Amino acid sequence: MTDLTQETISAEIADRHQREQGSGAVHPRRDFPPYRSTVLRHPTHELVRADPEEIELVSPAFGHTDVAAHESDLTIQHAGEPLGERIIVTGRVLDGDGRPVGGQLIEVWQANAGGRYAHKRDQHPAPLDPNFTGVGRCITGEDGSYRLTTIKPGPYPWRNHRNAWRPAHIHFSFFGTAFTQRLVTQMYFPGDPLFGLDPIYQSITDPAARARLVATYDHEVSEPEWALGYRWDVVLTGPGATWTEPEDPDHA
Amino acid sequence: MPEQTPGQTVGPFFGYALPFDGGPEVRAPWQPDAVRLHGVVLDGAGSPVPDAMIEVWGADGDGRPSTERGSLARDPNGFTGFGRSATSADGHYAFSTVKPGVGRSGVGRSGVGRSGSAPYVVLAVFARGLLHHLLTRAYFGDEPDANATDPLLRRLDPDRRGTLVATVDGPRSYRLDLRLQGPGETVFLDYGTAQ
Repeated sequence: MTDLTQETISAEIADRHQREQGSGAVHPRRDFPPYRSTVLRHPTHELVRADPEEIELVSPAFGHTDVAAHESDLTIQHAGEPLGERIIVTGRVLDGDGRPVGGQLIEVWQANAGGRYAHKRDQHPAPLDPNFTGVGRCITGEDGSYRLTTIKPGPYPWRNHRNAWRPAHIHFSFFGTAFTQRLVTQMYFPGDPLFGLDPIYQSITDPAARARLVATYDHEVSEPEWALGYRWDVVLTGPGATWTEPEDPDHA
Repeated sequence: MPEQTPGQTVGPFFGYALPFDGGPEVRAPWQPDAVRLHGVVLDGAGSPVPDAMIEVWGADGDGRPSTERGSLARDPNGFTGFGRSATSADGHYAFSTVKPGVGRSGVGRSGVGRSGSAPYVVLAVFARGLLHHLLTRAYFGDEPDANATDPLLRRLDPDRRGTLVATVDGPRSYRLDLRLQGPGETVFLDYGTAQ
């Protein structure tokens, strides 16, 4: 893959975006070859429409027995302070009607300030930080709010193509009010120069949808002499317009 | 109306964050009603996927969704219905859980009773190279009568129906391989959420 250039990847991205203009797609296209690892890992059949039953319309319950309050601060999990730019990330989790998703689990993981994960498979020769594991959790408040304290992650190289770099991001995992609203995604930082080059970010072909993964710098969230603040709201919509299983078995 | 936040791949580095002790043991394996649900995750070349994560979500033995908290810090006598299993180096996942009862699982969103519905658990598949997770169902191979009348199963192409039915491979043990692509590709489901 090392002879594969950014120019080739960028041309593939541009071509795909042009073909999908106005498609209304929200989520990434699973079949998105500029991200080479998708090639053998996406289904080739259309998804089959299913009518959600009771189990699919509710979600696992999490609570403060599952998550300790200090887990929302990724900077206090070791003896010393981690290196890097301390930040606060806060926002609300809402459903498609704008109602708060309260009392639900959020999980996060990220690279350290140097762009290195505390993970044995991360081969990037950037330093590990003994004071930063990069893992956190919290339970949303009744108003759907969450607040994390962490370090701004660094961008890092990967082997999708030659000189491939991921924009700085924090991985987030959410549960909604229904299991069908389950969401794993990545939050990005405003103004990242790598956005246009990254096949993972660009796998979301609608620019407005892509922009929803970018946090906003919010000076009201910043704390004097302490940390810069970012705001990122998340929306987990439910199953769409009512749909009923056809009475007669027609092969899907 | 607020608009759906898009997904992104779970990537390769979730190992410190998402799997947790006891994650696969939705029901303690020594409990008399515990069953094993396991299999391998395979890619389009038929190779095992060693860096996938599977989540399971299912109703209890009476067919009711659990509202019990504590999936991350389990009560060995409890049942929250939710579990996680990262795949091993050979692509294998395994859960200990219960086969859901059919008590209330036959109530569709339309509110119409659907007593024809067969027991199943919901599976979510996450992996590097999978840009947005996939949802599917695991039905149970020793429920042929219920499976024959299930509203989803009976709509499926007979050639693909078996990809949602876990086969009995031992006492209280079921196996369901998940094929992301290619021959025998698993039927993945769209519940009418944003695509």
